[in-house]
This record gives sequence, structure tokens and C-alpha cells, in this order.
Amino acid sequence: MSVITVERKILEKNDAIANEIRHSFQEKNIFSINLVSSPGSGKTSLVEQTINLAKDKFNIAVIEGDVQTSLDAERIGVFNIPVVQIITNGSCHLEANLVKDAYKQLEEKEIDLLVIENVGNLVCPAGYDLGEDLKVVIVSTTEGDDKPLKYPAMFRNASALVINKIDLLPYVKCSLETLRKNALSINPNLKIFEISCTKDTGLNEWIEWLQSHLKK
Amino acid sequence: MHELSVAEEIVNISRQYLPKENNVHVKSITIKIGRLSNILPDSLLFCYESLIDNTPLNGSKLIIEEIPIRINCMKCGKNSETDHISFLCPNCNSSEIKIESGTELLISEIELFENNLE
Repeated sequence: MSVITVERKILEKNDAIANEIRHSFQEKNIFSINLVSSPGSGKTSLVEQTINLAKDKFNIAVIEGDVQTSLDAERIGVFNIPVVQIITNGSCHLEANLVKDAYKQLEEKEIDLLVIENVGNLVCPAGYDLGEDLKVVIVSTTEGDDKPLKYPAMFRNASALVINKIDLLPYVKCSLETLRKNALSINPNLKIFEISCTKDTGLNEWIEWLQSHLKK
Repeated sequence: MHELSVAEEIVNISRQYLPKENNVHVKSITIKIGRLSNILPDSLLFCYESLIDNTPLNGSKLIIEEIPIRINCMKCGKNSETDHISFLCPNCNSSEIKIESGTELLISEIELFENNLE
């Protein structure tokens, strides 16, 4: 009978909220990163180490995203910095409205760096803008060197790649050279860090990179 | 799993276009999905059909148009189309490329029909 032309983005609502968040962060000069990886790559370990090394240099706040439990927020809580836990109750990614609600609890805090730790998943979080400045993807050596090729959208959208668990390289089937090559073939502009959170390796360069992006 | 949230948004947006007349129904909703959008069409269809039960969209069909990846190479200047998820120019292998299409995730049109027997 009749056809209505719509031409609207399906995730327009998420994008609109993400832009609102981006605007609030800009006003307050907050530099924000959206930390993404598979489960168990070391997102929370990297956040812990970042706080350890940088909490005397600048103010950090953390939004933790998990499907269940507040275990991660409890881990971050011991550092005595502002942290909010989002529990998605089954959903595989964070959405902008969840971050907006979580940020309400942080609005009064003095923040230079806000880390949003996404749900462990290399697929779904790629499609959802959270209003962050940059996406940082972590891949650990135990996952092998083919992950950038298997999950290209995530690596394409990220600004930095943190390769974690490099101390385990002698024991796992993963070539650092191949991993770097695969990642750069998807995104030639990726800034790459090679670190071990448990052995305190390579973290200074990461902290300096974060510091160079701070807005105040 | 994020097909469910995508299906919910399709329903939310489409409901805004529902006509006031009782005898006019939604026949189909056409959406465009780029190959780079990480959406599994079968899974999206399943989620959509599960959501529209007992809503005014009940009985409507979701038509999915898949959009291929189109790459414009900034090095050799060639335009290429591929179904394979890659960010290298198929002609010269350069990674200096611009993605012209393939990231779409949008509702393009809604088709209505009138049931005069009602």
C-alpha cells in the first residue's frame, strides 16, 4: 500500500547518549578510555597496575562493567579511588545509557582519567559508542597471535593495543611479531604496548602515553 | 548476543511510524546491515520475531539487506568490493584505505498495507 522512507540509524539512541557523555567529559576535561578485550586478558589487572603507578600523578576513576558480580569493583576499591560497578545481568556489552547512569555517581569527583572497563567480549562492544575519547584493546599472549584477524572490527576501532602476559611467551604458541603484524594489517595506526601486569614489565611507557593524553 | 538489543531498537524506532488507522498494518521493515557491523542476520531475525509477538508489529516481516564492504585505496586509487572482512586493498595490499561502505546499521523503509475486510 505505502512505503515510508525512514533511513535512521538503529543505534541512534545509543549514539545520542554517547555524544551527551562526550560533551560532559569535555566540559570537565576528563580523558576517557573504553577498555575492551576477551575475558581474562587482563583488563582489571591493567587497571590495578595503572592506579598503582599513576595515582600520585593524576586522578583516576573507574567504571567497571561485568555480566555478574562486583568482584572487579572490590579489587579496584582497595586503592581508595572512585569506582562504580555496572552489572549488565547477561548483556554482553556496555551501552551508553548504563555509562551515563554510572557517571552520575562520579560527577562531583576530580577526575583526569576515567577508565571504562567493558564486558569481556571482542565482538559486541565494538558497535557501541560509550562517549569515550579512545578505545584500548588488550590481547594476551595466551590467546594466540591470530585474534586481530578473527575480530577485526574491534582492532580497527581501537587507538591502542596492549599485549599482556609477555612473560608467558616461552610457554605459549604466540609470536609477538605475527601478533603485531596481524594487528597493524587491520589498523596501521595502532599504538602498541608490550607488557606483563604480573611482572611489572613495559608499564612505564603505557603510563606516559596515558599522561600525554590528559586534558589538564 | 547484541542482536537482541539491536532488534529492540528496530522495534522501538518502527513503532514511531505506526499509522493511527486500525486497519493499516506493517507489512515489512527493511534494514541495511553492513558486513562490518558484527550482526548475524539469522540471529537478528529470531530476536525480532520473538519481540513482536503481542505488539502492533506482529505479523510483519524483517527484510535484511546486507551491504558489502567497499574499499577505496588511497595508494593505488582503486575501488574494490569484498565480502571478506579485510582492511587491505585487494589490488595492491596497502592498508591505507578508506571504507566507503560496510559499517551500516540502519532502518531504510517500512511498508504498510490496508486490510479493508476489518
